[in-house]
Amino acid sequence: MIKLNNIAAGYNKVEIIKNISIDFEEGSITSIIGKNGCGKTTLLKTASNLLKPFRGQITLKGMDISSVPNKELAKKVSFLPQLRAVPNITVYNLVMHGRYPYLGFSRTPQRLDKEIVENAIENMRLEKYIDKNVQNLSGGQRQKVYLAMVLAQDTDIIFLDEPTTYLDINHQLEILETIKKLKQMGKTIVMVLHDLSNALSYSDRICLMENGEITIYDTPQAVYESREIDRVFNILSTQVAAEDECKTQYVFCLK
Amino acid sequence: MNKNSKSYNTTVIAFLVVLLLLGVLMSISIGSSRISLSEIIDALQQRDNTSKSYRIISFVRIPRTLAAVLAGCALSVSGAILQSVLNNSLASPSIIGVNSGAGLFTVLIAAFFPASIKYITVAAFMGALIAVLLVYSIASRTGASRMAIVLSGVAVSSFIGAMTDTVLTLKPDTAIQRTAFLIGGLSGITMDRLSLAGGFIVFAFVIAIILGYDMNILALGDESAKSLGLNVARLRFVFLILAALLAGSAISFAGLLGFVGLIVPHVSRILVGYDNRILIPVSALLGSIFTLLCDLLARVLFAPFEIPVGIIMSFLGGPFFIYLLIKRRRGQLYD
Repeated sequence: MIKLNNIAAGYNKVEIIKNISIDFEEGSITSIIGKNGCGKTTLLKTASNLLKPFRGQITLKGMDISSVPNKELAKKVSFLPQLRAVPNITVYNLVMHGRYPYLGFSRTPQRLDKEIVENAIENMRLEKYIDKNVQNLSGGQRQKVYLAMVLAQDTDIIFLDEPTTYLDINHQLEILETIKKLKQMGKTIVMVLHDLSNALSYSDRICLMENGEITIYDTPQAVYESREIDRVFNILSTQVAAEDECKTQYVFCLK
Repeated sequence: MNKNSKSYNTTVIAFLVVLLLLGVLMSISIGSSRISLSEIIDALQQRDNTSKSYRIISFVRIPRTLAAVLAGCALSVSGAILQSVLNNSLASPSIIGVNSGAGLFTVLIAAFFPASIKYITVAAFMGALIAVLLVYSIASRTGASRMAIVLSGVAVSSFIGAMTDTVLTLKPDTAIQRTAFLIGGLSGITMDRLSLAGGFIVFAFVIAIILGYDMNILALGDESAKSLGLNVARLRFVFLILAALLAGSAISFAGLLGFVGLIVPHVSRILVGYDNRILIPVSALLGSIFTLLCDLLARVLFAPFEIPVGIIMSFLGGPFFIYLLIKRRRGQLYD
């Protein structure tokens, strides 16, 4: 789907990530994990064309993404940054911003745009907040509004940078369930997650990074069994079965 | 009526248009000699060059009224653009070097080319544009972020200010021109002086309205805006040039009118919120009304003597801005 080939990228001529070659699978959830400063966000920004790589090539369905015009790319790839300005507008208007790449010269939303926005709001169960100011919402509600905006952008690939950071556990799980729903809609999701347990439980693939390079990219089970997580984070991980749902969970402790 | 609804916005704009028309009529009618509404209509219909009323109206009052409307509109829209694009509620044209650039070129013309003093308006405009381009070219080397633009604006303004002071020290005679420019005023304006600047203002205002929605997208932050397909660096450059074009044009015939570009966008936001598609026209209308009102006061307060409009603006604007700041601290402002 989206393929990075021997990518090196960074800021101010300093390489943060290097030798990155990865092919994100279509219709799957991939979590990028790794220690602080290992280049997770840089990889996400480079893959979504927000950051130009120093070398290497990124292709989307075989097409070099650097040659795709901005608005056309925005119809295929969306990126939700961790830190965002919170504009002083209503939920509806913010979600409508997701339709920007599709608007014509007059920037007037058409009936289809309005329908898509209403569906996105409904999907995220935000109907009762529709006329509320985004600045007056809690962190969890705000995150859902941004996800609704991404949903309205209607791209096949969604990059999310730490979508659950700063949220309480209830909102974290709600956001992760929403991300699962996006996958069921056929979207390809690539996200940076700090919570290893959630990353291993909710993802189809795990991309573990260390010092700007990919250490392992495989299924959560294979990554767990490789013990690479234990080595990179200097911890001890254990797989446990949750009692009621027979779902695998992970616990971690210091070595 | 729900605030920010379509009907609310339409009502606000309609109300401001009526106020502006009233202001225009008052500005044409009131002055050292009063001209009634019927006299105005008669004079404009007959166009009699020998009539005193007609001459006052067409050569003094109309150019002056138009100048107030254009300057108020231009400075307010310029401030609204900058506050929105730089996400800085204290941004005004001076922050991107407009005032210092225009000031330096005014002083340079007065000091070294006194015979060309009639070109002082063009020089002020060129100075403003050059300063803004300099600010942007420095900021773009570090990615043209909002903070980079603000900081390079401060640095460039300070450097240009030093150059201006050097010229003033070496050529003290030019200080009078500089003082008039610094205070700002609308007396003695002719249609000739307005035509070029007016054209620029109308052009930039129309573009700003067209790009209002893109400005809203920019308010999401650079990364979100880029992800939505916006060319952030290019658009920010376009907005800076628009802001410079608007403010530089106004400064070129009215001098440095303080506070309009800072206060009017704030008040407009209280009225209609943050949607730039509405905020830009409302700022334009409110800026024109405020400038007209200040100019009227400048003319009538100490009649038959007249004081520069810039002084009235600072007297009204300063305390009002302090009031806004205190309200904001208490969390009662629009945030």
